[in-house]
Amino acid sequence: MRYVEEFRDPVAAQDVLRAIKDVVTEIGATKEKPVHIMEICGGHTHAIFRYGLDRLTPDGIEFIHGPGCPVCVLPMSRIDECVEIAERSEVIFATFGDAMRVPGTRKSLMQAKADGADIRMVYSPLDALELARRNPEREVVFFGLGFETTTPSTALSIQQAAREKLGNFSVFCNHIRVPPPIKALLDDPYMILDGFVGPGHVSMVIGTHPYDFIADDYCKPIVVAGFEPLDLLQSVLMVLRQIRDGRAEVENQYARVVPEHGNPISIAAIEDVYEPRPTFEWRGLGEIDASGLRIRHAYQAYDAEEKFSVGYGAGPRLVTEPEGCACGQVMTGRIKPLQCPQYGTGCTPEMPLGALMVSSEGACAAYYQYSAADDVLEAAE
Amino acid sequence: MNMTAPIKATRLRGERVTLAHGGGGKAMRDLIEEIFTDVFQPAGDEDQARLTSDALREAGAQLAFTTDSFVVSPPVFPGGDIGKIAVCGTVNDLAVGGAKPLWLSAAFIIEEGCEFDLLRQVVASMQAEADKAGVRIVTGDTKVVERGAADKVFVTTSGVGVIPADRHLAADQIRPGDVAIVNGVLGDHGATILAARGDMALNTDIISDCQSLNGLMEAVLAVAPNARAARDATRGGVASCLNEMAAAAKVGIVIEETALPLRAEVKGVCEVLGLDPLYLANEGTLVMFVPEDEVDAALAAMRAMPEGCDATVIGRATSGPPARVIMKTLFGGQRLVDTLVGEQLPRIC
Amino acid sequence: MCLGIPGQIVEITDADRLMAMADVSGVRREVSVACVAPAALSDLVGEWALIHVGFAMSIIDADEAEKTLEALRGLGEAQETLEAMAQGDAALAESPVTEVMS
Repeated sequence: MRYVEEFRDPVAAQDVLRAIKDVVTEIGATKEKPVHIMEICGGHTHAIFRYGLDRLTPDGIEFIHGPGCPVCVLPMSRIDECVEIAERSEVIFATFGDAMRVPGTRKSLMQAKADGADIRMVYSPLDALELARRNPEREVVFFGLGFETTTPSTALSIQQAAREKLGNFSVFCNHIRVPPPIKALLDDPYMILDGFVGPGHVSMVIGTHPYDFIADDYCKPIVVAGFEPLDLLQSVLMVLRQIRDGRAEVENQYARVVPEHGNPISIAAIEDVYEPRPTFEWRGLGEIDASGLRIRHAYQAYDAEEKFSVGYGAGPRLVTEPEGCACGQVMTGRIKPLQCPQYGTGCTPEMPLGALMVSSEGACAAYYQYSAADDVLEAAE
Repeated sequence: MNMTAPIKATRLRGERVTLAHGGGGKAMRDLIEEIFTDVFQPAGDEDQARLTSDALREAGAQLAFTTDSFVVSPPVFPGGDIGKIAVCGTVNDLAVGGAKPLWLSAAFIIEEGCEFDLLRQVVASMQAEADKAGVRIVTGDTKVVERGAADKVFVTTSGVGVIPADRHLAADQIRPGDVAIVNGVLGDHGATILAARGDMALNTDIISDCQSLNGLMEAVLAVAPNARAARDATRGGVASCLNEMAAAAKVGIVIEETALPLRAEVKGVCEVLGLDPLYLANEGTLVMFVPEDEVDAALAAMRAMPEGCDATVIGRATSGPPARVIMKTLFGGQRLVDTLVGEQLPRIC
Repeated sequence: MCLGIPGQIVEITDADRLMAMADVSGVRREVSVACVAPAALSDLVGEWALIHVGFAMSIIDADEAEKTLEALRGLGEAQETLEAMAQGDAALAESPVTEVMS
């Protein structure tokens, strides 16, 4: 597979790992006093565990798993709203697979499907559009989940629906933005962060300049990274070199895919269809200003919140996370999955308490799937 | 004079099964005879098949008995249909235990409205596969349920075979140092079904790997008589299979990611959907553990057959933490390969 | 939602709706090329793009890809140079000048 396998070359990896080891030594970082590097994006968390990069890199590097998993930061109340819409008999509810198992207060979408709701898993919002065309007597609602990587795809789909005057298609918008929660974490006095590995595919859309504030205002290095293991290792090396040299810059390791100024057509579509909500709730981070998007008035015919009177502004929303659930703390890097008292006991992939165990990009699910207990792997070595 | 072959007269009316065909009366008898027994031709008219086998009478021989239900959707897919896998699946469940499969039963639960032509196709596939595998379908049953209570047709096959006295294949026989072999590429069936379902709108040329493996098993056991155990890696894929075997034998298993045989297109499907090929279903792929000194012979025997042309070593049993399957990644790292939890959902994220 | 995979655009399927067929390792899926559409859509055929949820979102820059790979390979060469230098140093340390002179 072109542009994939070259970036998975294990021989080249050994060279990068050696270089990383050298810089870590130069910095003087150790297991007791490590360099804290946050990978923001859930896709990066998954890749780190899938390829065992956390075990291959020296002890002097500690990966802090960031909030860049849009499923993981969904508050339970939003799942409840999805279920409410999906349970309406006229609705076909279309969603990405990732959201199916996230627990709501009453049930997950998977359980709602078992109970009879017409919920379909799709790969693309274009598939949801096609469902609407083929089922004119039903209401097709697409669960618009994701950061800026995915936002253009739903925006373009809504524009297409408007061109075709599709009366039975709407989006339940849960799009969120990456920069605001990063700022919230940087403002948190309890977070120790020395550098960032930046989200490659979000940046493909927004470019690299939205991260300038991290370097300029907070003096931390950030390297926008691709998703193959060599991309991640090279990015970690670049972050380490900045730390060693005392620099704080925005660098782009993923230049083959990420243009400096992003994708103008995507940005324009987002701007046309969406506007920022004053505030939006994030699991674990609380309410963050201007961090979530809603559909503009001009496209309200395609806004599921309008059509079905759910969501923000529609009613009281006081939903607390289940007792004992520490997703918020894991997701912001305050504790590791293994330190959550529920991990592996009250919260497992079969019976998840929170989203981090359910979403394939959640740190807990990644740990469980790929490393489970470190002692098992160490015993095997 | 022109001679044209007489068109076989059908007693069945219309094109689809109705509830009357399940009623126990004439319509049901017509359905059974025309669609099923005219093809399967079971001997005798009794409710039960009456069978003998010399192999069963040998001292120390064991009867092997298995059952499996098949509910795949769509019922027809590239490389096969529900009938073909209904025969292969049960034949393979017997064969991996070292049994020579002999006889199958076939029970059908048919949804009202199911097309006769679909049933004819399924039955033809079953008979063709039975002939290939050298087994006979000797008894069966049909039921018809209202629309919506089943998905076109569900098939259950039970199978009986004989395990010769000198064979004792069982997962608990696996010892540290034994080598794990697969007979071919992984995940073709799972990838085919995903693409065939249409929800993901993927076009591929992948076809299901469904095939009977009893011939392959006999060929291998002839040259590797100390083979420990074999399992067919159906639902849950090779990963779940390995976990079961590791748990039964109380050994650890280590596999090499670089050794896993995969078609480029299956890799492509997995990359696009964010799936792990270790968990994709197979319908003609088995995992077998053999002692180190019989590996070459076993591989040669497999590779000499079309069902085993891509046979290869994927790992070995170890004295590591018991019941744990570990994979050495292409990166030199390690990761745990756990049993599948729930269903593998396509990842977008 | 980060999962994106490089795919090659092999055919324009619906120019009005900006749809094309993408090939990922032999698996084909119709994708929207709205985000990357040049003036002449046919120019896209043969190009590689990053595909995410059914949309081609960025044309992969072959030169940048090569530059990245070179930087990675360069690390290997740099390592070798460093190691060769280290071996040279070690060799010098082992053979004191007096031996050479005798």
